[in-house]
Amino acid sequence: MPVDILMPALSPTMEEGKLSKWLKKEGDKVTSGDILAEIETDKATMEVEAVDEGTIGKILVAEGTDGVKVNTVIAVLLGDGESADDAAAPKADASAKAEAAPAQAEPEAPKQETAPEKTSVPAAPKTEVAADPDIPAGTEMVSTTVREALRDAMAEEMRRDDSVFVMGEEVAEYQGAYKITQGLLDEFGPRRVVDTPITEHGFAGVGVGAAMTGLRPIVEFMTFNFAMQAIDQILNSAAKTLYMSGGQMGAPMVFRGPSGAASRVAAQHSQCYAAWYSHIPGLKVVMPYSAADAKGLLKAAIRDPNPVIFLENEILYGHSFDVPKLDDFVLPIGKARIHKKGKDVTLVSFGIGMNYTVKAEVELAKMGIDAEIIDLRTIRPMDIPTVVESVKKTGRLVTIEEGYPQSSVGTEIATRVMQQAFDYLDAPILTIAGKDVPMPYAANLEKLALPNIQEIIDAVKAVTYTA
Amino acid sequence: MATRAKKSPARSAQTSAAKAPKPIEFTKEQELEAYRQMLLIRRFEEKAGQLYGMGFIGGFCHLYIGQEAVVTGMQMSLKEGDQNITGYRDHGHMLACGMSPRGVMAELTGRRGGLSKGKGGSMHMFSKEKHFYGGHGIVGAQVSLGTGLAFANRYRDNGNVSLAYFGDGAANQGQVYESFNMASLWKLPVVYIIENNRYAMGTSVSRASAETDFSKRGLSFNIPGIQVDGMDVRAVNAAGEEATAWARSGKGPMILEMQTYRYRGHSMSDPAKYRSKDEVQKMRSDHDPIEQVKNRLIEKGWSTEDDLKKIDKDVRDIVADAADFAQSDPEPDASELYTDILL
Repeated sequence: MPVDILMPALSPTMEEGKLSKWLKKEGDKVTSGDILAEIETDKATMEVEAVDEGTIGKILVAEGTDGVKVNTVIAVLLGDGESADDAAAPKADASAKAEAAPAQAEPEAPKQETAPEKTSVPAAPKTEVAADPDIPAGTEMVSTTVREALRDAMAEEMRRDDSVFVMGEEVAEYQGAYKITQGLLDEFGPRRVVDTPITEHGFAGVGVGAAMTGLRPIVEFMTFNFAMQAIDQILNSAAKTLYMSGGQMGAPMVFRGPSGAASRVAAQHSQCYAAWYSHIPGLKVVMPYSAADAKGLLKAAIRDPNPVIFLENEILYGHSFDVPKLDDFVLPIGKARIHKKGKDVTLVSFGIGMNYTVKAEVELAKMGIDAEIIDLRTIRPMDIPTVVESVKKTGRLVTIEEGYPQSSVGTEIATRVMQQAFDYLDAPILTIAGKDVPMPYAANLEKLALPNIQEIIDAVKAVTYTA
Repeated sequence: MATRAKKSPARSAQTSAAKAPKPIEFTKEQELEAYRQMLLIRRFEEKAGQLYGMGFIGGFCHLYIGQEAVVTGMQMSLKEGDQNITGYRDHGHMLACGMSPRGVMAELTGRRGGLSKGKGGSMHMFSKEKHFYGGHGIVGAQVSLGTGLAFANRYRDNGNVSLAYFGDGAANQGQVYESFNMASLWKLPVVYIIENNRYAMGTSVSRASAETDFSKRGLSFNIPGIQVDGMDVRAVNAAGEEATAWARSGKGPMILEMQTYRYRGHSMSDPAKYRSKDEVQKMRSDHDPIEQVKNRLIEKGWSTEDDLKKIDKDVRDIVADAADFAQSDPEPDASELYTDILL
């Protein structure tokens, strides 16, 4: 059967082109890979190669022709024993084939002239997140630092599952740059507690590669500032592989380490990554405040089959909180915690932001304002229902975080609450964040750049219309 | 330009880190296996180019035509469970791993029967079953990931080796050297295969690389390297046997620089004005990997022209079937938009 040679699309955007030159003439024999013709696309002059073998029976579009639509039959190729007559009346055109092709190959009118397509975008799925597990009455509460809680979480999960290992700079012999991995090398040995060279981009990729085979790496970044060198592997490899593979494989792993300002460490070592990573589908982002949450959520993150960004804070490492003494204390990722109930205003914060918020609340109580505090705990997926429920009660919302103000976690919360609870709001939502500046070194300037308790009090007074 | 690749393999080998092993003399069965595999890749890619021209394949499409001997020869040196990972010029690797031509082609056309349900495209396909870990579009990322596959092999002590393929262009990325350092430090079972096809998109090796002998790129990490005639499937296989044995025995990584050539442009929309037609024609007529095997099969009397025509027909039938499937299979259901984001 004669084979139609079609005008090819040789760029992602080409719809038509010029057939500038034929390099074969009627009667010529061609084999796969022979150059048949040159065409001009919207970008360049390109060669058209033969795919099939045969003899050029008829040339249907003369060289020099402009505006040849993609998929027009430009010549007919004959097999052994076929004559040009077999191809004399070529099938009307190639539109039968082209129909199934995407819009760029259709020679018809450009898209904007046709009625808009009635494609309905499916709704994003809603996932129910379980509530925190009940803590049995009489459970002993043990005062624990966030540092110890994180270490305990990793140790418990490593005892439970041999596929869990921790890698990063100074995690083993040095016992952790911030002592989060203290004692792990002694218990689990160098196979599972792996000191890496200073090579964030590389070891993040090694961790993702290991996770793709089903291991469960905990990749520690000495600080998340250094993870900027590795962010390509986190976003493009860890977060997207499950989708790009049609669900065949992903990256069950945790990237963890301190994020945000510490104290006087200046611009390159002081920024909060909550908003950055929360932008990315395929990631979960956790940022705990208390030691109990740090423990329960890190255990959950290690067991989670998805890549989890676990943002800690250097200042919080040394803070002590009560942690329930239970064999296996695991908390749900994606569930906010109501830190304190109240009725006059909703304060939403997370991580180190809670530090300012709980202190401000004490002052507000003295002024007779009963604030409800929600600790978001997980930034992605974000527990907006809990925030909305609270706002329905209080009618007022203030968010508090240390990150930069533009495109912050607070602005995201404000948008969603505005969309879902507009009628319940009695005042504009106020978002308190770090100032829109790189972190300065000087002590006084650093203090000014961070949120402070007075800003929270002023915001609450503004939204509650109290002088 | 590209002077290194034009030198004879023997001369290049003297300046590289280690001597290339002599090409293995293939048995009849090996020659036929190589012929069939390379032909499948060649015909598949030609068909993919055609479907791109017809608008069935969108976006980017990087063809492997000319480089078939590299992945074919390497695959012949692997054991069950050994992993493969590569960049965006990945169709040949997937076929060589035994992934279904229908599945690959339907992924190129973005259909539901594609290996990634139509959600990955030309550059992003994976197979747990065939130990193929992608298909990566960020140049060089697969080198760290492939090192991670080797890390997992060592962690599990399973005796497997991972092959991390990348090009002469990717060889200049920083994470490649971060990976070399860790792989050598920890003696990970990984073989780094640099497919030097002389051009990083449109930039020739000599315009981009201070050291154009890529087999030397691991020297400061104590990683041995070999320059290999990547157009001769027997030479590739010989080097592959040596490198996988080295890595499997616990000695750490090895680098194989495959001196190869891509006949087509970097992607479908590349007019390839950065090289002469004569250069391309010379490679095609004097060094074609498939013709070399074909000539040996005929010279040795192992196959007749008719025997090979039959293989050619079988291969064409497989490719035609894949192309038909890829054009008729429906697009993914709209509900797939939100699946496979989180487990």
